[in-house]
Amino acid sequence: MSVKTLTINDQPIAIEEGKTILDAAKEAGIPIPTLCHLEGVSDVGACRLCLVEVKGINKLLPACVTQVAEGMEISTNTPKLQEYRRMAVELIFAEGNHVCSVCVANNNCELQDVAVEVGMDHSRFVYRFPDRGVDVSHSQFGIDHNRCILCTRCVRVCDEVEGAHVWDVAQRGAACYIVSGMNQPWGEVEACTSCGKCVDACPTGAIFRKGTTTAEKAGDREKLEFLVTAREQGQWTR
Amino acid sequence: MAKTVVIDPVTRIEGHAKISIYLDDAGEVEDARFHVVEYRGFEKFCEGRPFTEMAGITARICGICPVSHLLAAAKTGDKLLAVKVPVAGEKLRRLMNLGQFTQSHALSFFHLSSPDFLLGWDSDPATRNVFGLIAADPDLARAGIRLRQFGQTIIEKLGARKIHAAWAVPGGVRSPLSEEGRTWIRERLPESFETLYTALNLFKQLLDRFTTETEEFGKFPSLFMGLVGKNGEWEHYGGHLRFRDSEGTIIADHLSEDDYHSFIGEAVEPWSYLKFPYYKPLGYPDGIYRVGPLARLNVCDHIGTEAADRELREMRDRAGGLPTSSFFYHYARLIEILAALEKIQQLMDDPDVVSERVRAQAGINELEGVGVSEAPRGTLFHHYKVDENGLIQKVNLIIATGQNNLAMNKTVTQIAKHYIHGNEIPEGLLNRVEAGIRCFDPCLSCSTHAAGQMPLHVELIGADGALLNEVYRR
Repeated sequence: MSVKTLTINDQPIAIEEGKTILDAAKEAGIPIPTLCHLEGVSDVGACRLCLVEVKGINKLLPACVTQVAEGMEISTNTPKLQEYRRMAVELIFAEGNHVCSVCVANNNCELQDVAVEVGMDHSRFVYRFPDRGVDVSHSQFGIDHNRCILCTRCVRVCDEVEGAHVWDVAQRGAACYIVSGMNQPWGEVEACTSCGKCVDACPTGAIFRKGTTTAEKAGDREKLEFLVTAREQGQWTR
Repeated sequence: MAKTVVIDPVTRIEGHAKISIYLDDAGEVEDARFHVVEYRGFEKFCEGRPFTEMAGITARICGICPVSHLLAAAKTGDKLLAVKVPVAGEKLRRLMNLGQFTQSHALSFFHLSSPDFLLGWDSDPATRNVFGLIAADPDLARAGIRLRQFGQTIIEKLGARKIHAAWAVPGGVRSPLSEEGRTWIRERLPESFETLYTALNLFKQLLDRFTTETEEFGKFPSLFMGLVGKNGEWEHYGGHLRFRDSEGTIIADHLSEDDYHSFIGEAVEPWSYLKFPYYKPLGYPDGIYRVGPLARLNVCDHIGTEAADRELREMRDRAGGLPTSSFFYHYARLIEILAALEKIQQLMDDPDVVSERVRAQAGINELEGVGVSEAPRGTLFHHYKVDENGLIQKVNLIIATGQNNLAMNKTVTQIAKHYIHGNEIPEGLLNRVEAGIRCFDPCLSCSTHAAGQMPLHVELIGADGALLNEVYRR
């Protein structure tokens, strides 16, 4: 297998061909913030948090879906990137209805963590306050579209790990939302195995266990480890 | 010439309000109105949320008494789950409410109202506040602040934070008291009792001097409503509702919160965002009733703890029966702190407060529920309707301050009539009008579920409706 050599923040790195810039940075111990990336499932580049600068290319590239190439000179933390990342997080907050103080995921939320990481103290954009619904028709779980950031981790984990493909994305642009089954109430989707992988995969409080109250969604990040290794180890239930 | 005095904003209360005083052609007070000028809309935007979030959301109505909403919401949630809360869960909820009573009453007495008593109604408004009190009597001010801290810390020991702890949940509470928490509360109790007795003795001495205030600060017959226990004892969490009149006759007893619609009506006036609840059988506005510390002490037969019962008897002796002056709210508040401290002391020896069995689990079993609890300011109702999945369809909140609205209006009118004659109004007189409102320790953020602070604006309005004089304080 051929190896590519490149630099990230002037640090020389050698990594197998076919890997992404995010893989390379991870191997070199260089942090790049992410939200839609989840180990063990495919990447889609939805959140734009992992944008990096590559010398000679005049647009920013998402590290999670950009493969390494020989001689790349990558920067991960320039003032421009810091500004764009912060803006991306602010836009996510302004787009939905994120009220941390009463959210089930308060203090256990990747969106919250990333906001702290990029130094967001408020949103410079006007909040849209969209009119979105809550679906708690499933016997064990609920989805609150107000808190959904459309990372599609639920879509991918359900399709690629559980193999049930309950979730999909409907509509386009700002009207996008996650649908269950054929845009049915979640509780009526026969394909759902009630495995709860989407609950664990969800980075915010959008998908939660019913009955959970403020800040009660357990942020058990080790469950994500299970999602990654489940297929290899033949573990289909927790 | 007729005119109106406007006090806007009203200071040292929780929220934003103004008072209008209407004078007739002879310059005598004809009427006075207490306007609440804020609006928030909690009942509307909670629609569509899962009912399990209601405790967390409604607690945010207020930073002073979030525990009250937390408990009322959790109790309404219990009804929707149709479960019995484990004994330990109920005792722990009670403990948090007692901590809440202590801190809120201490705030009302020491921080907000005592500057009037101790520094004088007519003293300089620039120092007639808690900072003036700190300068004049640092020991008393410090003790008062520490008494409030005691109550706040009980809330923190239980819910992990002093304000907006989302710890009470439908079915019970999240966690018991830690041994460390129990030790802390036990160690701090003696100091809290001492502070309370100092304040109580001081207030009783003042009461002998404040004969005019006792007579003029909202002294009128009205009904009183509050929760009482099975044997007619003082309640703050469970029991049933009772109405009693000023003569001591029990008008209605063993009422269930589930039927509140049958005995409480809610009237609306165009000049205030605060509704006017009234006792339905007597109609509006004759069905005027008061809630809160004085009402709770007036509806109960006894408190159920030794020292507080002694003080209750003394209060009734001083008033020659059930006190009807709203000035006695301050007195009642101190007696309630004493009752709370005694009950906290009892709970510290109860093994249940450290029990792990604190929460019952269930799904949606009822589609409608009413929860009631005593907030420091009075009885608080939460009423939810949900769909079969537990999403909120309708919310109604009846807040203590709203229930005192008619009484507060009557109180400011009485005070204004006594003290204001003619167009020139000394500041100290306006302060007495405000103090009439402070007796009720109103929380306007709660009662309108509204945002903001509560400064005061008084308007003096003539018989022809013209604004003749106004005083602002921010």
